[in-house]
Amino acid sequence: MTLSATPPPDVISQTENTMVLSMGPQHPSTHGVLQIVLEIDSENVVKADPEIGYLHTGIEKSAEGLFWTQAQTVIERMDYLAPSSNALCYALAVERLLGITDRIPQRAQTIRVLTAELTRIASHCVWLGTHGIDLGAISVFFYCFDLRENILDLQEATGGARMHPNYVRVGGLNGDLPEGLLARLDALIEKIPGRLRELRGLLQANPIFQDRTIDIGTLSPEEAVQWNVTGPSLRASGIAYDVRKAFPYCGYETYDFDVPTRTEGDAYARFLVRLDEMDQSIRLIEQARRRLDTPGPVMIDDPKVALPPKETIALSMEALIHHFKLISEGFRVPPGDVYHSVESPRGELGYYIVSNGENKPYRIRTRPPSLYNLQALKGIAPGNLIADLVVMIGSLDPVFGEVDR
Amino acid sequence: MAVSPGHFMLARLDDVARWAQSSSVWPLTMGLACCAIEMMTVTSSEYDIARLGSEVFRSSPRQADLMIVSGRVAQKMGPVVKRLYDQMADPKWVISMGACASSGGIFDNYAVIQGVDTIIPVDVYVPGCPPTPDGLLYAVNLIQQQIRAGGRGGILARA
Repeated sequence: MTLSATPPPDVISQTENTMVLSMGPQHPSTHGVLQIVLEIDSENVVKADPEIGYLHTGIEKSAEGLFWTQAQTVIERMDYLAPSSNALCYALAVERLLGITDRIPQRAQTIRVLTAELTRIASHCVWLGTHGIDLGAISVFFYCFDLRENILDLQEATGGARMHPNYVRVGGLNGDLPEGLLARLDALIEKIPGRLRELRGLLQANPIFQDRTIDIGTLSPEEAVQWNVTGPSLRASGIAYDVRKAFPYCGYETYDFDVPTRTEGDAYARFLVRLDEMDQSIRLIEQARRRLDTPGPVMIDDPKVALPPKETIALSMEALIHHFKLISEGFRVPPGDVYHSVESPRGELGYYIVSNGENKPYRIRTRPPSLYNLQALKGIAPGNLIADLVVMIGSLDPVFGEVDR
Repeated sequence: MAVSPGHFMLARLDDVARWAQSSSVWPLTMGLACCAIEMMTVTSSEYDIARLGSEVFRSSPRQADLMIVSGRVAQKMGPVVKRLYDQMADPKWVISMGACASSGGIFDNYAVIQGVDTIIPVDVYVPGCPPTPDGLLYAVNLIQQQIRAGGRGGILARA
């Protein structure tokens, strides 16, 4: 495999037979505010230049002005389809800076795995639903969003919000699972595999869907690595790189699961990999569920990081002081820098965090998987029809909150 | 009421026209950020915005009546939102969905426009980060009530 990438030039050079067309930023199939500057020769794409930044929110800058715990609120809003993955990655990175990684309670780690995998299914549901709509299979959307709704209900029960629960915190979790949630989870675990089979049945053998996706947007393993593609899009090209296996976190090494791969590298392979991934997520959820029967703490026992239990505040002067300090000025993180990554539904999501010893982050740099996956579009789009461009964008599953931040 | 041939109904033309218009407020397909996912959710079977007659999301601003500003409006997106609003045919309504669109929300920084009402007029603000789909349905309901009451933008509007 050669790694000498020669990316195509950035400037659109219009020749006599071609025209330049702007697709987006308001377009039903660009999955957000993506603009693609297209050079087309009749219906054929000669060059496609993704123009990003229409959702630039300054999240990294905003986070620098917030306490370490508060920063998580804005960070969850980067990848809004998988907020818990963002929160998890950030929490793990800060925990490493604090040097408390080994002291996180086991139950908290298990619930983290549970939320991360539930989030993955919910996120893939949105991807599949919108991908289906792009291709004219509208009913898929309703099946997917119904399943997602069930998962969001659980999410709402844990954190109080449907989409951004802010449940995973530095040091553990916001609180233990609410009463009755495990019973609802059991019911959902029974329901999901059947639902996933239904989704498969709707599309996998559908000749129209196959016609639209097979051999479209093919990424060879070399290209995928050159474009820095990660996640399901990389695994569909035959490279079994998964952060959960390569650099396990939250005890993923103790779970039994496979990393589904395909070798074709086209949009159909990416579709199949994501479907297989959802099946693996269910396996992980089942295993995590079995470990949750024994109660235990879900927050680190460290008054410098975690809020003291509410009932101790009225009784202990020390607890009151810790509570006041944590609320009014947060905790301090020793100087240093750290890079930590997790497998988000879109690929390797990483945070590079620099601390100068203050109660606020000095710098947070994100490695958003969507951004790197999206740049592959430039490589795979030329030579295809405009209609296929929609398939390619959908199959790369970009989320623009994360691309633009 | 059983309807059979020969029956007829009496109504004021104003009311019938306003009822018809309020029952077909078509939104523009314009997703910005997190709220856009909840905007998609209102079309799903659980919330089903089709009950209000607003399930027809139009991708062309020329065919849309309602702009749902679903999420934070970045400085780079501001001119685009304004242009889309200008391209919509009258009468038109705007829902500012979520904290970011209404006021900048938690993103009080260089990148986010502090409220979409600084660039286009807004009829209904929906609080939340993001608002629940029920919140958005209620906002569409308020627009309908506004039209039925002969408010701004409605057919035969009193104002």
